[in-house]
Amino acid sequence: MKISEKIIEKHGITKSEYKRIITLVGRELNLLELGIFSAMWNEHCSYKSSKKYLKTLPTKNNKVIQGPGENAGVVDIEDNDALVFKIESHNHPSFIEPYQGAATGVGGILRDIFTMGARPIALLNSIHFGDPNHPKTKNLLSGVVSGIGGYGNCMGIPTIGGEVKFNSSYNENILVNAMAVGLTKKNKIFYSKANGVNQPVIYVGSKTGRDGIHGASMASAEFDDNVDNKKPTVQVGDPFAEKLLLEACLELMKDDSIISIQDMGAAGLTSSSVEMASKGNLGIEINLDKIPCREKKMTPYEMMLSESQERMLLILKSGKEDDAKKIFSKWGLDFSIIGKTTNTNHLVLNFKNIEVANLPLSSLSKDAPVYDRKWKKKLPSKKIDAPKNFQTKDISECLVKILSSPNNAEKSWVWEQYDSTVMGDTIQKPGGDSGVVRVHGKNKGIALTIDSSAHYCLADPIIGGKQVVCETWRNLVAVGSKPIAITNCLNFGNPEKEEIMGQFVETIDGISQACSYLDFPVVSGNVSFYNETKKNSIYPTPTIGGVGLIKNLNYTMNKNLKEIDSNILIIGKTSGHLFQSEFFREVLNFKEGSPPAVNLFNEKNNGLSILNLISKNLVNSVHDISSGGILVALVEMCISGKIGAKVKIPKRDINHFEFLFGEDQSRYIIEVNEKNMKEVDKLLKENSVYYEKIGKTQKDSLDIDNICKMKLNSLGEIINKWFKSYYKE
Amino acid sequence: MKSSVIVFPGSNCDRDVAVALQKFKIENKMVWHEETTLPKSDIVVLPGGFSYGDYLRTGCIASKSKIVSEIIKHANKGGLILGICNGFQILIESGLLPGSLLRNKKLRFLSKNVFLKVVNIKNSFCSDFKNKDIIELPIAHNEGNYFASNDLIKKLEDNNSIAFKYSDKDGNISIESNPNGSSNNIAGILNEKKNILGMMPHPERLIDPILSGEDGSMLFSSLLKN
Repeated sequence: MKISEKIIEKHGITKSEYKRIITLVGRELNLLELGIFSAMWNEHCSYKSSKKYLKTLPTKNNKVIQGPGENAGVVDIEDNDALVFKIESHNHPSFIEPYQGAATGVGGILRDIFTMGARPIALLNSIHFGDPNHPKTKNLLSGVVSGIGGYGNCMGIPTIGGEVKFNSSYNENILVNAMAVGLTKKNKIFYSKANGVNQPVIYVGSKTGRDGIHGASMASAEFDDNVDNKKPTVQVGDPFAEKLLLEACLELMKDDSIISIQDMGAAGLTSSSVEMASKGNLGIEINLDKIPCREKKMTPYEMMLSESQERMLLILKSGKEDDAKKIFSKWGLDFSIIGKTTNTNHLVLNFKNIEVANLPLSSLSKDAPVYDRKWKKKLPSKKIDAPKNFQTKDISECLVKILSSPNNAEKSWVWEQYDSTVMGDTIQKPGGDSGVVRVHGKNKGIALTIDSSAHYCLADPIIGGKQVVCETWRNLVAVGSKPIAITNCLNFGNPEKEEIMGQFVETIDGISQACSYLDFPVVSGNVSFYNETKKNSIYPTPTIGGVGLIKNLNYTMNKNLKEIDSNILIIGKTSGHLFQSEFFREVLNFKEGSPPAVNLFNEKNNGLSILNLISKNLVNSVHDISSGGILVALVEMCISGKIGAKVKIPKRDINHFEFLFGEDQSRYIIEVNEKNMKEVDKLLKENSVYYEKIGKTQKDSLDIDNICKMKLNSLGEIINKWFKSYYKE
Repeated sequence: MKSSVIVFPGSNCDRDVAVALQKFKIENKMVWHEETTLPKSDIVVLPGGFSYGDYLRTGCIASKSKIVSEIIKHANKGGLILGICNGFQILIESGLLPGSLLRNKKLRFLSKNVFLKVVNIKNSFCSDFKNKDIIELPIAHNEGNYFASNDLIKKLEDNNSIAFKYSDKDGNISIESNPNGSSNNIAGILNEKKNILGMMPHPERLIDPILSGEDGSMLFSSLLKN
């Protein structure tokens, strides 16, 4: 069949890219080969628009065992333990088919973790939806949440954290970012790099069907009116099969028969075989007659491009096939020797004794295009005046309005659909600053959080990028963990637009600055471009997943107020930045202005001082101050601790609204017993940490300087109201 | 004391319950569902999870496993059996306990801590709850809505076969404290001979103060009194 221009275009390959392919291969392609190029050269797999900038991120320090480039990142958490983690997006599929899209997002990220030899121990997710009043939102939200739960719950891995946000920019393009974390031994990490010629290539897991063909290419284009026609490109998940695959793989990994292993994720068999062989500087030969197929008469094209789930590619040490096969048979999974490694540096595919494809591997990976796309700097917003007359508003009414908004409402409607306590090691469930799980059998813990601040990034991508890394850091600190590293999921619009590319470039700059300063490297991640529908782009949304280590679980911390009559302190200076705050957005519907500045010195200094106080057992509770400012943070502490607070606003040069709702960064609220005050004061002063004592804890009610007085019970009802009324429960 | 934890494809609380048994010095063996003999056991535990992916009907396919006929023999000899969550569903499907488990009333998976009133402490599983009969345990299920006909409910009540009921923190049993729509707030039941317990809540997940509670411990410590 002659490859027409139309077919090339349908495969998402530009004319100039096709020219480049012809030069690299030295001849015209057949349709199968074109499909393979399309799978490897699309944005999702090749990172062609982002590579240049991803390289600038800090990815190393003495804790990093494996940075970006593998199935997941790995960090050292001492005692020969290693933590494996990564975040990934499944935005496009989840919009087309919310349950399956979200479920397979979780399935995919879990495979990345156990491919590296780690048993998954926790899941987190960040999900963004459109305006709650948009006709699609309700169904998308409930579908995504049950899909995430459906997969993770069945796998038996606790979901211990996450965020749920709403903004009309996601109306036709929701975000579903899933993060998974696993635990292994430092000497038991498995990699995808092939090694040695004539070693058997093995296919294990579920059979290959016609689902998900060209999924990765679909995720590399904008949506238009025909989005429903894309349903066949969404994969269907089978968490039961994945649970079996997990147990079988971990059983096989107990000895040393695996040379390398790679899951079949985006672009399925194509990208897994190409990546393994090209990383090992080898060739690979596959006999497609050996692929376990679910459906009859599948063509080589379909087999190579299917994104059927729950499949893995292994390269075994030759001679180990029989032992390995026994394990997979026990778990009822397919096991098929489909080919071997070669020294040709080519991908060779045979089907019915005919060579159906033969491509140099370098052309698919190393020589894939890298673009230096044009980008436009975001101009700093003009000096604008704050809205007038807000100071006459009633503080209690403003608070109620914020707490009953979808973005600030309590999210237990969502969390309760995720099993958060399976595996018996969950110390902190979703809803706190970070989730915490115990390292099984030990008295140490892992803190995990996931954060994004899209409207800050829209207003100023550099500050926004910095801020979201700092917020992650702060959330880890607040539970008493030493932050180690992050994984990032960069969700943006169409990079071919200069303005969008500018958002991307500047956000990376911000992330990079904060990560470098905080010694908080990026060890894995994913880029999702083309989050646009009918030319409307989402807000720039970098999602950061952070991990921290709690060496001794006796010194972990949470946000629940603990005792009556203890002191409430604000750590960090409150200067009352209201632009881009929840108060301006939710109460005044005012969206202009720049986000709060980030001072990296204060961030680090305040955070390390908090960790010092926690390690000396001097604080009762700690909470990060973020969206909604001091007042919302304090309400959350009161509700979760079932203890009230009486606050006196310090007499300074800022008004009550600025003090209570300002979103200045690098701040925490801490609760300190009177007997520890002297010591806390001394330690904070020694480290030049600014703090203010603002009041005391008390029984049952929140009392702010006689301007806001509310019972905890009613605050609890208000913050819990939104989801219940949205789903009429 | 000796225990066997049965592992089905898709079980995922097998390790958790084994850890709990071992913590209470119960000597445990993991038993794969295809085994045809049961190791010498005082108690057999069917763990939580999604055996066979919950496909067809929860617990249904697992109840046809080879090992199940051995478990039934063990039960007939008066041996103890504990089924937690999916294990409870399997006990129902295999006919060892009566009634059925439907989807939760709100048709959603539900994972949260609930309060339970221990209704019957005169059995091998619950004797240590005598000093604390309102307890807190996690539930995590999609099909935990226990349903029984009025006749069966009456029989269960008359035989004192109800082990746990969902309650509030003060022990009040009401519609408000019923998380999933179960008939009469039933969270766990015993057979007539009281040697089989099936329950939806997960005692094995709360056996350590660092996990915010240890009310589950009392179930395992009760076993040791046998």
